[in-house]
Order: sequence, then structure tokens, then C-alpha cells
Amino acid sequence: MNAKARKYLRKLAFWLLVAVIVLFAVFPFYYAILTSFETGSALFDVNYLPESFSLINYVSVFKGQPFGHNIFNSIFVSFLVVALSLLLGVTASYALARVKFAGRGLLLVTILSVSMFPQVAVLSGMFELIRGLGLYNSMFGLAISYMMLTLPFTVWVLTAFMRDLPRELEEAAVMDGATPWIVIRRVFLPVMWPAMVTTGLLAFIAAWNEFLFALTFTLTDDKRTVPVAIALISGASQHEMPWGNIMAASVIVTLPLIVLVLIFQRRIVSGLTAGAVKG
Amino acid sequence: MAHASSLTRSRRRSAWIFLIPMLVILAAVAGWPLLRTFYFGFTDANLSDLSTYKFIGIENFYAVYDGEAYGLLTDPEWWQAVWNTLFFSVISVSLETALGMVVALVLNQNFRGRGLVRAAVLIPWAIPTIVSARMWNWMLHDQFGIINDMLMKLGILSAPIAWTASPDWARSAVILVDVWKTTPFMALLILAALQMLPGDCYEAARVDGIHPVRVFFKVTLPLIKPAVMVAVIFRALDALRVFDVIYVLTPNNPQTTTMSVYARQQLVDFQEVGYGSAASTLLFVVIAFCIMAYIMVGRVRLDEGGH
Repeated sequence: MNAKARKYLRKLAFWLLVAVIVLFAVFPFYYAILTSFETGSALFDVNYLPESFSLINYVSVFKGQPFGHNIFNSIFVSFLVVALSLLLGVTASYALARVKFAGRGLLLVTILSVSMFPQVAVLSGMFELIRGLGLYNSMFGLAISYMMLTLPFTVWVLTAFMRDLPRELEEAAVMDGATPWIVIRRVFLPVMWPAMVTTGLLAFIAAWNEFLFALTFTLTDDKRTVPVAIALISGASQHEMPWGNIMAASVIVTLPLIVLVLIFQRRIVSGLTAGAVKG
Repeated sequence: MAHASSLTRSRRRSAWIFLIPMLVILAAVAGWPLLRTFYFGFTDANLSDLSTYKFIGIENFYAVYDGEAYGLLTDPEWWQAVWNTLFFSVISVSLETALGMVVALVLNQNFRGRGLVRAAVLIPWAIPTIVSARMWNWMLHDQFGIINDMLMKLGILSAPIAWTASPDWARSAVILVDVWKTTPFMALLILAALQMLPGDCYEAARVDGIHPVRVFFKVTLPLIKPAVMVAVIFRALDALRVFDVIYVLTPNNPQTTTMSVYARQQLVDFQEVGYGSAASTLLFVVIAFCIMAYIMVGRVRLDEGGH
């Protein structure tokens, strides 16, 4: 009887722990959604369950500032970064994973070390570069600077993936006289897509969430990306912050990410662990 | 034979053709800006005109005029920022490792709804840092925040606390938000290590009737330690360069100004590219030093564990 009671108690404690973890993880986003539907004085009454449902905040966030522009900018930059990273990453990782040459290991370590650069440590040099290219306050300038953040891990993860593919895969094609470019396109691309989806997603999330470069290398409101736009929403004074608008904007930019993460859960987890554990 | 070597040679040539675009871009957007920033640290460059500047040696770091010392190394605000960064990094990475371990151990159990719990745990990781800082900013609001309301209803607080504005609590607030946001990352990495463990030693321990807590410390922890050490390096690198969450959650608070926040403030807000770049350079050195020290200390401990 005593053993049985202890077993139940242990089970109860386990489920309590699970509940605490889930609640802690989900509650802030739940509360943001709750707040985003509230207006006027309801906003300033703390409530734990939904009490009102109004979409006014979702409308007004697009009126006060060019939030539509900001969303478009973020989408544009993120897709550009993903496309560039994958294009450069796939070709480079083919060379790093399938061709033996001197200095290959050192090159890989050097590439990985770039992902450890603190962003601030390149800030003034990057500013000069982007201004020199005439890309200040432009989405192309941002996309270029983001390559520093996405390219190293894209190359790293794709190389790790490509190295594990069997040798026979390309041998037949090489014997038939296919050029490396054709080998990549015809042989590797069809089997690479899981790794490309993973790295593409990680690159997309990195570009979508980036803040420091976007804050520093853009100037006008219509050129901001969403994280900067949300960070800069402010009221007439510190006590008049439009919290309803801020929460509506937050929900709008986070919802697509959460949907992506829920759909591609397994891929993202495998990408994160491949990037870190093998490093 | 000659055919094979010419094939190898042509493969090597095309390998370099594939590598060069990536390497050029990486050198241009990472290597070059890093070197330029180091160089700017030894000049008097100003943001309003980056084309004219002159080399001034180490004056940004240390200079003496009329018997008074100037420069970064003598600036108490810089050293406060270094201390804030180290404090933040050590506390938040330790908490994240401990909590991440708990979450990973839970997710490593077989139970109904495990997939859902893992999805829920991933949500904070997916939310942009800026958005999470704003969300917590609202929850920690001194007058209308739900955290104060909760704690007062539970009788823990008698009066609301200005979490993000007061010097005493701002640090805790920043750490709380960072722990919330990045514990999932830690949990996933530890979970991956846990899932690679062999099952037979657990079977043996269970048959011998050894207490699970003892099994965890004697078997599990030593086995996953290498993976945890690597995960800690990744997190520490992130924590030491923290910027976003502090910029939004506790702006202009000297208690939470980190090295990155300080350097950007000098560079952009005060337009002092030379001085700000000097701070960036020191930041790079401090982070490199911390990581090397961690790796060396970590290795020593690993050796002790092995003997």
C-alpha cells in the first residue's frame, strides 16, 4: 500500500513538473494574444482568461506606422538570405565534403569560428562596408550583412550531412563524365532537400529575428524590419505606451514562426543538434 | 593511373571554384569588417565622416594628458559593463543549464503527449528576442503587469515592484527573460545527448536497485558531460555578446549595460567610431579569453573525472 501510494505520488509530481514547464513556456505568448484583443481601460485590468475580443489593435498597428512595409521588408530580406546561403552553402559543402584537398579541416574550423564573432565586434567595419557599397538603409545591405550570421552554420550543417552520404552515389555519374556542377544538381540536390529545409529554416529564423544590424544599418521607418519596428513603437510618453498595438504586432510576426516550428519540429531539432554537437 | 590523377586534379580545381564565392563573401562580410573594426579602434574616426580619420595609437584605450588618465581602460562605465556582462552570462547560462537538464530529463521519459510538450517548449526559442523582451516588458509592468498581480494575489509581494526600472531588479528581469528564451535550446542539446546513451547500463543499475538520483549523478551526468560542455560554450558565446533583450527591456540602466550595449552606444549614439571600435575590440578579447579559460578549466576537470 505504501509502495503504491509512493508510486502515485511520484507520478503526480512528474505531471506537475510537466505542467509547470508547459505553463512557463507558453504563458507569455498566451498573455500577449490575450492583451492584443483588449482595448481602452480593459487593457489595464489584469485578467487571466479572455474577456474581450476586439481586432482594433490589429487594424491600428498598420495605421500609425508603415508596418505593412516592415513585414514586406522582413520577408524579402529573409528569403534573399535563405536563397543566397543555400546556393553558396550547397556548392561549398560539396567541395568540403566530397573532395579531398590540403587544408580542408583548417578551412572548416575557420568557417565555424566566424559564427562565434560577436556582432558588435564587426559593427563599425560593416557600417563602412555597407556605406561604401551604397547600400545603407537598403534591404540588400542588410541581406549582405546577414550572410555573416547564416553562412557559417549553413556550410557546416550541409557539409556534415553531405559527408554521410554513400560514395557510390556520385561514382557512377563521375564515371559517365558528369561535371561537378551536374553531379550537384542531378545527384545531390534530390537527396539533400531534408538538410536544405533544416538549414533554410534556421537561416530564415535567424534573418527574421535579427536586430542589431537591422537597427544600425537602416534609417527610415519604411526601411525597418519587424523586430526594429516593434522595438521602436512608443507612445507620446513612457506612460502612454500603446501596449495593445505592440502585442498585436508581436502576435502577427510570431505566429508564422510558431506555425513553422510546429510543422518542422523534428527538422529544426536535428539541425540545431547537428550544428552544435558535431561542432 | 594518369587518368585517375587528372580526374582528381580536375575535381580539386572545381572544388576551389565552388568554394571561392563562399569564401570571398565570408571574407568580405566577416573577416574584413572585423579587421577594419580592430583598426578603427586605433584611430579617431567619427561616424559623421568615416573617410577622414587619423591613427592615434592606443589613445582610445589609454592616454595621459596633464597627469590625468583617459581612455577605455580607465573608464569605470566600461568596467561596469564588463562586470554586468560576466554576471549576466554566468548566472543565466548556469540557470539555463540546470533548467535545461530538468526539461531534457522530462522529455527523455516516455509519456503520452510528449510531442506536444516538446512543441510547447520550442515556442520561446522561436519567438524573436525583441518580441519576447516586449512581451515580458508588459508582463513585468510596474502598474498593470500580471507578474506583480500574481505575486500580490499569492501574498508574496505587498506592493508592486518596478522590475525593469529599479536598479535592484533590472538584472533579475533580464536574466529571467533570457532564461525563458534560451532554456529550450539547452534542453534540446542535452536531450540529443541523452538519447544517444546506451540503455544497458541503466538496465543493470535498475536490476541492482540503485536509486535513480544516484544513477543520474554516477552514470548519466558523466556520460553526457562532454555534450553539455559544448552546449555551454555555444550559450556562453551568445550570452557574452547579449544586446537585443537589454536594449528593449532595460534601456539606459547602468546596472544592465553590457559590453555590446556600451560599444554600440559609443559607436552610434555618440558617433565615436574610434572609441566604440576600441570597445568592440576589447569585447572580442574578453570573450575570447573567457571561452579559452572555460575550455582549459573544463579540460582539467575532464581529466580529473577520468582518473
